[in-house]
This record gives sequence, structure tokens and C-alpha cells, in this order.
Amino acid sequence: MTLLFLAFAALLIGCALMVILHRSPVTSALFLVLTFCSLAGIYLLLQAEFLAMVQVIVYAGAIMVLFLFVIMYLNLKRDVEDGMPHVLRRYVGWAIGALLLVEGALYFGKHWALGASLPEPAPEVGNTAAIGQLLYSRYLFPFEITSVLLIVAILGAVLIGRGRVAPVTPREGGQP
Amino acid sequence: MIAALALPAFLTQPDVLFVLVAMIKIVVILFVVLTIVSYAVFAERKVAGHMQARTGPNRVGPLGLLQPLADVGKLFFKEEFTPDGANKVIYHIAPALAVIPALVTMSVIPFGGHPWLMVTDVNVGLLVFLAMSSIGVYGITLAGWSSNNKYALLGGLRSSAQMISYELAMGISTLPVLLFAGTLSLNGIVEQQAGFTKLLGVLPIPNWYVFTPFGLLAFGIFMITALAETNRAPFDLPEAEAELVAGFHTEYSSMKFGLFFLGEFANVLSICCIATTLFLGGWNGPWLPDSLKFLWFFAKLGVLVFFFIWVRWTYPRLRYDQLMNLGWKVLLPVSLLNILITALVIFWRGQSG
Repeated sequence: MTLLFLAFAALLIGCALMVILHRSPVTSALFLVLTFCSLAGIYLLLQAEFLAMVQVIVYAGAIMVLFLFVIMYLNLKRDVEDGMPHVLRRYVGWAIGALLLVEGALYFGKHWALGASLPEPAPEVGNTAAIGQLLYSRYLFPFEITSVLLIVAILGAVLIGRGRVAPVTPREGGQP
Repeated sequence: MIAALALPAFLTQPDVLFVLVAMIKIVVILFVVLTIVSYAVFAERKVAGHMQARTGPNRVGPLGLLQPLADVGKLFFKEEFTPDGANKVIYHIAPALAVIPALVTMSVIPFGGHPWLMVTDVNVGLLVFLAMSSIGVYGITLAGWSSNNKYALLGGLRSSAQMISYELAMGISTLPVLLFAGTLSLNGIVEQQAGFTKLLGVLPIPNWYVFTPFGLLAFGIFMITALAETNRAPFDLPEAEAELVAGFHTEYSSMKFGLFFLGEFANVLSICCIATTLFLGGWNGPWLPDSLKFLWFFAKLGVLVFFFIWVRWTYPRLRYDQLMNLGWKVLLPVSLLNILITALVIFWRGQSG
């Protein structure tokens, strides 16, 4: 069990590093897929089978496919260096990274004792029926709010999509 | 047990034994599946031949039965090349990605009632299938992208758009079955479909979900989306020869092309297995003793695979906009409505009973 956890954790961290270190956007995206899959592996070890499978279906199977779709559609071969000056961007990156590292160290030092890395799985949580019951009773409000948020996002996407098409149509109306 | 006693002590530990047994089952099922796949290709050529008033392959071996072996041998000896400017690593990984998800799905399918006839009974078996079918998009998409060829890229993009669209309707069409069965375990779903109900008090019909009105509708939607998910005609736009040369596998030759072919048929097989399990009662059936019930599973599987081949040689290909309209404007709303009505019916039954 510990061995499997270590393997998945190493894979997770390795792939996550490759996501930010690799130059090609498509390869980065693929490593992100692997990251999600190893995260699903860790969920499985925690006996959260439903969560693990939904992680693969939603993140690896749907969201990342759309990401890849967009990257391929735009045919980004390399990441382009523009916008902020390169040097400035690098320093800002280092600063934010250092800040996050300190913050993380402080937080984990305070709240987490090393050693108890695997929480004892409750016998019934992780079970699909239990998740359903919790979602529709105790967590009903956040659940519904999330769905409203998603609908707003969908409406926004439709609006942006429409807005782009509308001015173009009359101009190119003469073409078949 | 005698065999277990003869093994060294290390091998009799429960964990190790579990892994060993699973390995043996995986190897056996892999072998069986690959054999069925190669003969499914043969069956397709034979059926296609007879539908077009030809005889199909009949030269190699008796009735042409050794044709699959000859085909594979030919594929292995063909020249293999990698196009210039292809992304080498992804180009080599993509064919494997097209096959593996379909084979993983096989690991959760109950071929028979005995625990030996399924690799493992996961309590989220159906989700494993949905996860694998969503991962299956990558093989084709990446193959199209990494070949550095316009036609291949267009084929890959088309396939990812098509598979994402139909995945939704497919996932949702399986939900009425879940509502009836109340479990995600495929073995549990099969066990719920055992036995018979007397229709009008006389005619006994099996308790398979396809014989309930909602199950029938869901089965219809599932089979249509299954055709689209496996890129089979009439939804084979990703490899439309006339427009895209051959689509995502234009640049592949030799056994890499063979792997895509294998992947397509392995997908057909795994999706037919799932349809059998969810809607056709799995290994349940009359007459046979319990130990031979798995024959029912393979009989139903054969009928479904024949259906896939039949459709392919009967219907013309859809246009891209027709494909998207069918998926989003017909199949998705109908399957959503199906869930709603099924849930209401189950709720009322619960209230009255």
C-alpha cells in the first residue's frame, strides 16, 4: 500500500513538474493528463473509487481533451515569448514561487504532523451511494450553487461565441 | 488446494495469490479477446462479401478461416516508416493508446456467473468503462496531430469533437439502468436481470432491461452512440476516405496501422460487451445449466457484433452537421428526458409499493 502510494506520488510530482518545464504545449497537456491519472490512483488507494473514476472521466477524459483540441486547433508549436519583458517575468515568477513555498512550509508545519500521511478511510465515505446522499442533503446548497456557476460559464461562452460571429456575417455575406 | 500446498510459501500469501490469479485471468481474457477480434475482422469481410453478392475471403485454409493469420503476418512484414517532422514519441505511443483502453474495459466485464469468468468485480465497474471510453479519444487525436499531415490532423480533430459529443449521450443513456439496478457494479447489474416476468400472466419474458420501455429507449440510444464512439459507419467521418485520404491513420503503416485496426475492433467488442451486460441481461438466459450460462453472453455478443457489421454495410455516411445535430439536439435531450421519466416512475412505484 505504502509502496503504491509512493509510486503514484512520485509519478504525480514528476508529471506535474514536466507540465511546467516542457516547452511544447501539447506535451505539457499530455503530462497534465498523466498527473490527473496518478491523482486518481491516489484516490483509489484512499478507497474513494467513485472520486477516482470521476477524476479520470471529467478531467482526463473531457477537460483535457478540449484543451488538446484547442491547442491543436491553434497549432501552437512552441510557447511564444511576448507580452511582459522576459527578465521581469522571470523575477516575478521567482518571487511568487518563493512566497508560495514559505507559505506552504508554514501551513504544513503548523497543521500537519508528518507520519500520519494516510488518513484512516471511513468505512462508508468513498462509497457512491454515500457521496450521493451527502450531496443531496448536507451539501445541497454548495452543489446547487456550483451548477448555477457552471450555467453562468456556459452562457458566457455562448455569448462570446455569438459576439464574434455577428459582426463577421454581414461583411462576408456575399460569399457562398 | 493441493496445487496451492505445493507452491512455495511466498506464493500462498493472500496478496500475492490475488495478483497471480488476476494475472492468469488477464492473460486468458487477453488471448480470447484478441482471437475474437481477429475473427471479427474476418466476419466483417465475409458478411460484407455476402451483402454485396460476393463470397468474401475463402482462399486461405478451409472456408478462408486462416485469413486473419495471413493478414497479421502480412502486416508484420510490411515496411514501417515514420514521416519527417512527426513528433516521434507521440507518433509511436498513439497506436498503443488506441488499443489499451478497450482492453482495460474487458477487465470489469462479467463473462459468466463464476468469479473465474471475470477479472475483477469493481464496485464502480460502469464508471471504469466510461472512463476508458473517454481516454480512448487520445489515441486517435494524438495520432492525427503527431503525423504532421493536414488530412491526419483534420481527421483527429473531427474524431475528438465527435467522441466528446457522443460520450455525453452515451453516459446519460446508461443512467436509467443504474436507476433500476441501484448499483454501479456490472456483476450486480447482471444479477438484477435474472429471472422471468409473466407478460399478461401468460408469456414469460426475461427480466432484461431491454424489455422495459425505458430500457429499450436507452438501449437504442446507447447503440447509436456506440457506433459513433467506435468511429464505425455511418459515423466514420474521422476516416472518410473521399475527403481525408484516410484520416488520422494516413501516415501509419505496417503493424502500427494494424494496431489502429485492432483498436477499432477491440472497441466494438468492449462496447458490445457493455451493451450485453447493461441491457441484454449479461450471462442470464433460459435452458442452459449455470456452468454453461457464459455461452449466452457470447451468443448475445455475437448478435451485437453482427449488428455493427450489418449497419456498416447498409447505411451511407452522415454529413458533419447532421452528426452534430443528431448528437446534441436529438440523442442528448431524449436521453435526459428518459432519465427524468424513469426516475419519476421508480419514485411512484416506491410510494405505492
